Amino acid sequence: MSGIDALKAGVLLLVAAVVQISLISYLRVADGYPDVVLVLVVSIALLRGPLFGACAGFWAGLVLDVASFQTLGLTSLLLTLTGYWCGRFGDATTRSSAHPPLIAVALATIAVALGSSLLHFMLGSSVPASELFGRVLLPTLALNLLVAYPLYRLCRRLFPPTQRARGEVSVAV
Amino acid sequence: MPRERTARLPLLSSSSARRAEGAPSQERRAFKARAVALVLVLLSLALITIYLRESNGGVLHGAQRIGLSVVSPFEVAGERIARPFRDGWGYVSDLFGAKHENAKLRAELEKVRAQAIQNLTAAQDNKQLRKQLRFIDGPRFPDNYQGVSTRVIARPPNVYNQEILIAAGSGAGVQVNDPVVTPEGLVGIVTAVTSGASQVTLVTDQESAVSALDVETSAAGIVRAGPSASSDLVLDRVSKDARVVEGDKVVTAGWTSGALESLYPRGIPIGVVTGVGQQDVDLYKRIQVTPLVNFDSLDDVIVLVPTPGAGKAKQEKTKQKP
Repeated sequence: MSGIDALKAGVLLLVAAVVQISLISYLRVADGYPDVVLVLVVSIALLRGPLFGACAGFWAGLVLDVASFQTLGLTSLLLTLTGYWCGRFGDATTRSSAHPPLIAVALATIAVALGSSLLHFMLGSSVPASELFGRVLLPTLALNLLVAYPLYRLCRRLFPPTQRARGEVSVAV
Repeated sequence: MPRERTARLPLLSSSSARRAEGAPSQERRAFKARAVALVLVLLSLALITIYLRESNGGVLHGAQRIGLSVVSPFEVAGERIARPFRDGWGYVSDLFGAKHENAKLRAELEKVRAQAIQNLTAAQDNKQLRKQLRFIDGPRFPDNYQGVSTRVIARPPNVYNQEILIAAGSGAGVQVNDPVVTPEGLVGIVTAVTSGASQVTLVTDQESAVSALDVETSAAGIVRAGPSASSDLVLDRVSKDARVVEGDKVVTAGWTSGALESLYPRGIPIGVVTGVGQQDVDLYKRIQVTPLVNFDSLDDVIVLVPTPGAGKAKQEKTKQKP
């Protein structure tokens, strides 16, 4: 994990969290909106692996919890696990794929929605499952998939794949 | 002389790369990642536990306030930059419902026009009679409060937390438990304050409760969030003997009991009764109330700050942060 990469990721996620709260949360379809912070964490984790992904997720969650005055640690927990899992997912497949990580974003969106729902239920707030799926999860999933490709491209530019991560090896013939 | 060439062979899985690089190094990296993730998860759990167990003046709450004070200027700046885009999005969104709403509003306008003239006369009569009778009845909203106009800088982050952040804090005189309104009606109550921003818990929050009454019939009850996450409210604890009809306006009750007063001043509009039902097994009526405030498009709100000398008791149940 290079210092420059960590700095870039920290600033990127901080800006994304502020934009998320002040602008993107207003762009609602039903009760869902594009979760750019989640998509960025997924993209960074896919490009830089589970260690970097977990740290990026923790930082992003912490900033979101502070900036929106929510229970400290709740979003961090979800995004740390998401970052770690997506890093593993990136390791297990390949980080050189030219295709956007649609599967990772889709799975992460569903996992975070369900995890968030579970944690809030344990803390005493709950929402009927039909509303969670119909009004929150489906619109959020669609919008996240919509922004996944451009944000992944942005992350690829900021965090270019290392030679090892490109999945290439030089062979003398 | 044999020519040496270099070819790049894409690998479809990372297993060959692992072999090439050496399994111990990969395992070390994986172990390190697992350990760091575990530490971060435990740290998150510790943060949640401490945050929920400590009081509002605790270390983490304090740190969060400081963090929010640092971030809130960026949020305010972001809000200002984003406002035209939000307005544009709101315009496009509103277009979808505009046609239906237009017909509804035209019909309503006709009624309101007819009523307006009557109301003007009635208001004059009312003013005159109030003066004559020296009508003093409990807390009087305009006398005991002054309004602090402010912007909404963050909306509910999810459907579980019906809370907003506003760009006015203790620096503007805002305190915890100050009511928040718009010209349409009641929005909620301030539940946390920093120097430059405050958190407002909306009346649609599951833990909010506002004592209210039906203006037309004076039936009293408590307005709570409805069972669904949509914006509908319920007027609870209304006796089955009480008369409540669809279309009735519901306002804050603003009760007074000795030296104690409600957190909400009397007469703030909350909503309109859109459904009334009751069953033999129920103790109370089932009353659905549609709020007058559109919580999806809150941009500006007014915080009602008590004027000096206006005592306020903090007895009414509001959301308590665990």
